[in-house]
Amino acid sequence: MFPSISVRQITKRFGAVQALAGVDLEVAQGEFFGLLGPNGAGKTTLISALAGLVRADSGNIEIMGHDVVADYRGARRQLGVVPQELVFDPFFSVREMLKFQSGYFGIRNNDAWIDEILENLDLTAKAGANMRALSGGMKRRVLVAQALVHRPPVIVLDEPTAGVDVELRQALWQFIRRLNRDGHTVVLTTHYLEEAENLCSRIAMLKEGRIVALDSTANLLNRFSSHALRFRLASGSSLPQTLAGRASKESGQNGNAWTLAFDRYEEIEPVLAELRAAGCVLDEFEIGKPDLEEVFVRVMRKEQA
Amino acid sequence: MNLIGTGFATLLHKEILRFWRVSFQTVAAPVLTAMLYLLIFSHVLDEHMRVYETVPYTAFLVPGLVMMSVLQNAFANSSSSLIQSKVTGSIIFVLLPPISYRSFYFAFMLAAVARGLVVGLGVLLTTIWFAPLRCDNLLWILCFALLGGAILGSLGVIGGIWADKFDQLAGFQNFIILPLTFLSGVFYSIHSLPPFWQQLSHFNPIFYMIDGFRYGFFGVSDVSPWQSLAIVTACFVLLSLLTLEMLKRGYKLRT
Repeated sequence: MFPSISVRQITKRFGAVQALAGVDLEVAQGEFFGLLGPNGAGKTTLISALAGLVRADSGNIEIMGHDVVADYRGARRQLGVVPQELVFDPFFSVREMLKFQSGYFGIRNNDAWIDEILENLDLTAKAGANMRALSGGMKRRVLVAQALVHRPPVIVLDEPTAGVDVELRQALWQFIRRLNRDGHTVVLTTHYLEEAENLCSRIAMLKEGRIVALDSTANLLNRFSSHALRFRLASGSSLPQTLAGRASKESGQNGNAWTLAFDRYEEIEPVLAELRAAGCVLDEFEIGKPDLEEVFVRVMRKEQA
Repeated sequence: MNLIGTGFATLLHKEILRFWRVSFQTVAAPVLTAMLYLLIFSHVLDEHMRVYETVPYTAFLVPGLVMMSVLQNAFANSSSSLIQSKVTGSIIFVLLPPISYRSFYFAFMLAAVARGLVVGLGVLLTTIWFAPLRCDNLLWILCFALLGGAILGSLGVIGGIWADKFDQLAGFQNFIILPLTFLSGVFYSIHSLPPFWQQLSHFNPIFYMIDGFRYGFFGVSDVSPWQSLAIVTACFVLLSLLTLEMLKRGYKLRT
């Protein structure tokens, strides 16, 4: 089975800026894939290259086996893109926009699917409303609806939840998860790393146009993050010398809050025993799980070094 | 499923609906402007000017104003639609789907022709009461109206793609399209000009559109309608090829 997205040695330069510097990437069919990176890393350029909005200087891209240049019609039919910017056509209603979008993809009589999308994105009541009359969150939903109107097997979401309230965010992810369960490949870029951690089974991290990390979310968490034992000592207690080498002070906590990394839960009890033996009293105690934010920061710092 | 046909038809429908939704601005306003031109110019000049032997000045003016409206509005339609969607970012909705560059061009160009013809018809219907107008040959009238609208619609696509901001497009419209239109013989016959300006007018393609269009009404013109048709057709073919090449390369649309 061919991959849903295949990117081979893509480069793109805008003047002095090397936006993409030889990106290689494959996304399997049915995957929920995360594309992360700081601003200017090349995420949007890569997505634009997938969508045919940006023409790569070298390399090639295939969507479901269709080359985005040589067979652009085939490739675009397979792809639905939710753009980052809140763009809309002020002349038309929500339903009209969705009908036009269907027509652009060669689909007539798409009303049943349009109704289903509107229902799932809680837009039914706004179907007849002009785009100008919608709130930012509603406009975002319409962008999602437009990307899905031709039932693309590959859906690319470029920061779809930026500036979106919690309720819509949850509804949106519920719907996108369902589409993913139904077999649609989903590629997500987001600055909300918690979302990516919860949703994506595999993640690529981009920096300065290069992929600096590419692995399953679980492997990235294991490799670059660990469990953390966080505790605050009561006033009068001081950290035993035996733990001084392993624990690090948390900044801004009056110097009495500490973090200690560990891999297995069995490592917690000996630490607590040492604290008890030293007569320490704990004011606060917390076990932190590995998180993608830590992975992200570490990967980006590592690349900087 | 005819993908190209459906994409083209949808885009054409959308572009026509776009100007029709704001017809007060896109149709009624230019009709009123043309009527004011007619009232002012005919009031001032009708007694003093006779362009062709048998044609009163006001009657001579009507086809010129109709054609000028067709041309200006065809240009305005495609150029404003493109620059607006580029500036707001909504151009992405037609760049993401599998619409071919040919479908893209013909949809924008034909919608521009449609607006030009609607406005032109509006001008004709409102000004026809002010002068005895005859129709010598409807075919010439339709032929030049369609070709003229298509040429200016194509120029609008070029202008809309080339311009990055409204200011640049306004420059294109005010410093190229408007002077060429006003100096094309809408308000006068080039035979009334000094020899130098008469010669210069022959380099203005809009002159041939107006002259050929007017021939359809009166059966008389400054140059042969066949010469006008040849020049106008050549202009249309060249501009179409240029626009298609720009779209094929993705000039300023696909970076």
